Amino acid sequence: MIRLRNIRFSYGSRSVLNGVDFSLDRRERVGLVGPNGAGKTTLCQIIMGLQMPDSGEVEIFGKIRRQEKDFEDVRSRIGFLFQDADDQLFCPTVLEDVAFGPLNLGKSPQEAKAIVSETLASLNLQGYEERITYQLSGGEKRLVSLATVLAMEPDILILDEPTTGLDEETTCRLLEILTSSDLTYLIISHDLEFVRQSTNSIVTLRNGVLENAGCREMGEGVTGRAMIAQR
Amino acid sequence: MGIAEFSHGDSLIHKLDPRAKISVALIFSVVVAVGRSIPASAAALLFPVILTMLARMSMRSVLSRLAVVNGFVLFVWMFLPFTFKGEALGSLGPLTVYREGVLHCVLITLKSNAIVLCAIALLGTSSVFDLVHALGHMGVPDKLVHLFFFCFRYLQVIHEQYVRLLRAMKIRGFKPRTDMHTYRSYAYLVGMLLVRSFHRSERILTAMKCRGFKGKLYILHHYNMKKSDYVLAASGTLYSAMLLVMV
Repeated sequence: MIRLRNIRFSYGSRSVLNGVDFSLDRRERVGLVGPNGAGKTTLCQIIMGLQMPDSGEVEIFGKIRRQEKDFEDVRSRIGFLFQDADDQLFCPTVLEDVAFGPLNLGKSPQEAKAIVSETLASLNLQGYEERITYQLSGGEKRLVSLATVLAMEPDILILDEPTTGLDEETTCRLLEILTSSDLTYLIISHDLEFVRQSTNSIVTLRNGVLENAGCREMGEGVTGRAMIAQR
Repeated sequence: MGIAEFSHGDSLIHKLDPRAKISVALIFSVVVAVGRSIPASAAALLFPVILTMLARMSMRSVLSRLAVVNGFVLFVWMFLPFTFKGEALGSLGPLTVYREGVLHCVLITLKSNAIVLCAIALLGTSSVFDLVHALGHMGVPDKLVHLFFFCFRYLQVIHEQYVRLLRAMKIRGFKPRTDMHTYRSYAYLVGMLLVRSFHRSERILTAMKCRGFKGKLYILHHYNMKKSDYVLAASGTLYSAMLLVMV
C-alpha cells in the first residue's frame, strides 16, 4: 500500500535520509525504531505529504504522489497520530474534535455524530462527547486523539511515539486496541517492549538508511552501549 | 482559567440562536455605551439581569466575573470624584468631592456592568464554536473568524506553557528584581513563548491537514431561527430603542 524508493531528504545542509526504501502492505504491522534525530518522524511526514523529499519516489495506494494535491486523498485514508496530543485536539469538546475529520470528508452532521459515538464506544470512551478537550488527562488526550484519527476510518494508521507519557494501564489499553483491530499500521517508538508486542516486523532507521532487523537483534542494536560503540 | 464555564447548559438562553444573541448584544451594548442619562443606564441594567436569571447561571460565578470589571471601575471612583470639577459636594481631608464627578462615576459603573452582564448572559452561554460559526454567517471574514477561534483554544495551552517555564525558572532560584538580569530573563520567557507558539501553530495546521482540513471549519449543530430567537431579537431591539428614547 505504501512504497518508498530511494528517498533522500535534508534539512539545509544536514542530510537526514540517504536513500530510504520502505514498503508497507495490507495487514502488515511495522515498528520503526532508531536513535533520536534519525529522521523517523520526517519519514512519516514524507508519507503524509507534509514534507517533500529532495529525490526519490513516493507511491501510495498504487499511485505516484508528487505534489500537495496528490496527497489530499492520502491524508483522508492514512490516519496520523501526532506525538503531542495538544497539537491534534483543537476543538473545545471531544465531540467536535472527533467529528472534525468525518465532516471534512463530507459526512452530514448526523452521520458524523453517529461515527463519533461509535468510535468513542470502541475505545471505551463512552460519554466523553461533551468533555472539554484541554481538561482531559494525558492518557485520555492520547486515546481521544486516536479516536479522532480512527473516526476517519483510515486504511493505514501511523502512530508517532504513541506511548510517550502514558501510564502502564493506558499503554496496555492502547496495545489491546491496536492488536485486536485489523488495521495496517506503522509505529514509531522508543518503547521496545511496546513495539515488540504490537508489531510483527521492525525496521531501524540509522545513518539515513533503513535496516531490517529481527526483534532480538534490534533490541541489542538500540541499547545505549551499541549506539555509543557505533559512534 | 475558567473560560467557557457558562457555555454548557440547557436553559432557554443557552438554546437561542447565536446569531440572534450576537446581534442583540451588539445593539444593546452600543446603545448603552452612548447613553448619557443615569435613569436610562439604570434601566438598562434590568435587561441583562433578566437574561442572567433566565440562563440560570450560578450567581456566585457571575458576580465574580463582574468583580473583575468593577476592579477597573474602582479606579475611576478613586480619581474622578476629586478631579472632575463642578459643584462641590463636600470634602474628604484635603480633597474636594465634586457632584459631576460622582455622577459620572455612577454612570460609568451602571453602563459597564450592564454591558458586561449582557455579554456574559448572551455570548457566554454559547460555545465558542457556535459563536465563531455565527460570526461567519453574519459576514465576518473567515480569516478573522479562525483567528478568534484559535486564540480562544490556545490561550489555555500557552498559559500552561508560561506557568511551566516560570516554574522552571523559580526552581533554579529566579527571583524577580529590578535589574538587567530580571528583564533579560523575562524577555527570554516571552520570546520562548512566541517561538514555541509559532512552531505549535505549524504543527496544528499539519495535524488539521492530515484530517482533511481544506480551509473550512464545519459545524455540528445547525441553527434555525426559532420563535424564541425572534422574541429575543425583537425584545432586545425594542428595549434598546426604549433606552435611546430615555437618553
